Amino acid sequence: MLDDYFRQYGLIAIFMVVAVAVPVGMLTMSWMASRIGLRPNNPTEVKLDTYECGVESIGGRWELFNFRYYMFAILFVIFDVEVVFLYPWATKFLQLELFALIEMAVFVGILAVGLAYAWRKNDLDWA
Amino acid sequence: MDCVLAPDNILHDTLLFRVIYEWVGQLLPCGLSYAVAGIAIMLLLVNGVLLGAGGFSWLERRLIGRFQNRVGPNRWGPFGALQPMADLFKLLFKEDLVPRGADRIVFTIVPVAMMAPVVLMMAVVPFAKDTALANLNVGVLYVLAVTSITSIAIFMAGWASDNRYALFGASRGVAVLISYEVPVVMSLLGVVLVAGSMALDDIVSAQTVPFLLVQPMAFFVFLAGTSAELNRTPFDLAEAESEIIAGYHIEYSGVKFALIQATEFGAVLTSSAVMVTLFLSGWSGPFSDYLGWAWFLLKIGVLAFIFSWVRATFPRLRIDQLLAFAWKFLLPLSIINLFATALEVYFLRNDAGMLTTNDLWLMAGINFGVAFACLLTFGTLIQDKVRPAKSLTAASLSSPEVG
Repeated sequence: MLDDYFRQYGLIAIFMVVAVAVPVGMLTMSWMASRIGLRPNNPTEVKLDTYECGVESIGGRWELFNFRYYMFAILFVIFDVEVVFLYPWATKFLQLELFALIEMAVFVGILAVGLAYAWRKNDLDWA
Repeated sequence: MDCVLAPDNILHDTLLFRVIYEWVGQLLPCGLSYAVAGIAIMLLLVNGVLLGAGGFSWLERRLIGRFQNRVGPNRWGPFGALQPMADLFKLLFKEDLVPRGADRIVFTIVPVAMMAPVVLMMAVVPFAKDTALANLNVGVLYVLAVTSITSIAIFMAGWASDNRYALFGASRGVAVLISYEVPVVMSLLGVVLVAGSMALDDIVSAQTVPFLLVQPMAFFVFLAGTSAELNRTPFDLAEAESEIIAGYHIEYSGVKFALIQATEFGAVLTSSAVMVTLFLSGWSGPFSDYLGWAWFLLKIGVLAFIFSWVRATFPRLRIDQLLAFAWKFLLPLSIINLFATALEVYFLRNDAGMLTTNDLWLMAGINFGVAFACLLTFGTLIQDKVRPAKSLTAASLSSPEVG
């Protein structure tokens, strides 16, 4: 059993290395092409400017975030954690009793009420 | 040396792995051929995704050309089919600029962090009968976990570029990604409930009736959510060309741009592959013992065509419409779908905890009714949010009182 885990996840670990190596290899290839003069590499002041459609960039490039993003991030965390608990339940539900159904209904129900509250308070609106 | 894979080895179930292992095992030591067989499948997957991305980029440009009543790329090769090659070599030998204020290290990691998860996603997808790199028992969770790395890569791109447009694009992109992550993940719960397993192989074999019919609402939510997560029109706010030029990858050029672009096209294919596995019964079809891969590719092609079709048809949404669509439409739908499916499974399963094919047909009938009712109800609820305001319709623009 434990062996099986190592065999499968071992393959995935190797695959991870391969998946990273492919784009890294392409980046290296392009870098080598610049070393042997196959691709140009002469950056100038103007080329390295921030690209804003030709207009000179004024001031810092670090803009403030709209705080609305923050609200959606919080909602996302709540519902994503909920789902983490629901997946094991869903996997085994074919064998579970009525209690599990009610338990889940209460759990999801509470969060659904929360969603309805956020909706009612206009937290799901952008303006 | 003749190496034979022991029947109690979990990789024995993977037909392709066993065949390669025993064939290579005639030439090499057994330990080495173990790795060779794994790497052979990996190279197959990586090349499949990357060549597929190139092919799909050509296909999509041709298709959208047709949709927009123009020709599309048709110069290089038959019907322009070698265009991706030309693009690749052009971008490979272009100057690769890093803007002055950029964070060089993060800026360079981004293409890698974007491409790796898209390729990694394919690790658990069975692409023919008994053939996948690994048949994890948490396959669905693995796919969801790996795809969510993309949102980090997008934010890294926006943060490292030192560009206002890139930062705007990245914050929009992350907002869209996390908003659509929730309904997507919730909708897959229905599939897991019916299949009773998170292993993609088991989900395929559970589909005596394709889950497209058993879980129509989950499929709809997953399709909409996925095309949002792929940043494709009508959800492509993060790279809206007409507002913020290219969004998070505005400062990228040369090979880095090529990698990001290839990732976007490859992601369509890998997402289609996951959808085929979860909803369209994967590799199964007539003669699937031998032609499983052909059915798999055919179904991916159909879904990829639908993605192109959607992209060519709909206009881009505003950010408030986009988030309203996720939170007020898709999320309630997926919660209702979860409840409905749980109730159906509870009442229809037999004593052994199994669902027969007849039960699945019955569920399909009920779920189509539920889906229709829910789409109507919630569609009416949020129609003011998503439709253009009345004052902006053509008739009112021409009427004098609007001015």
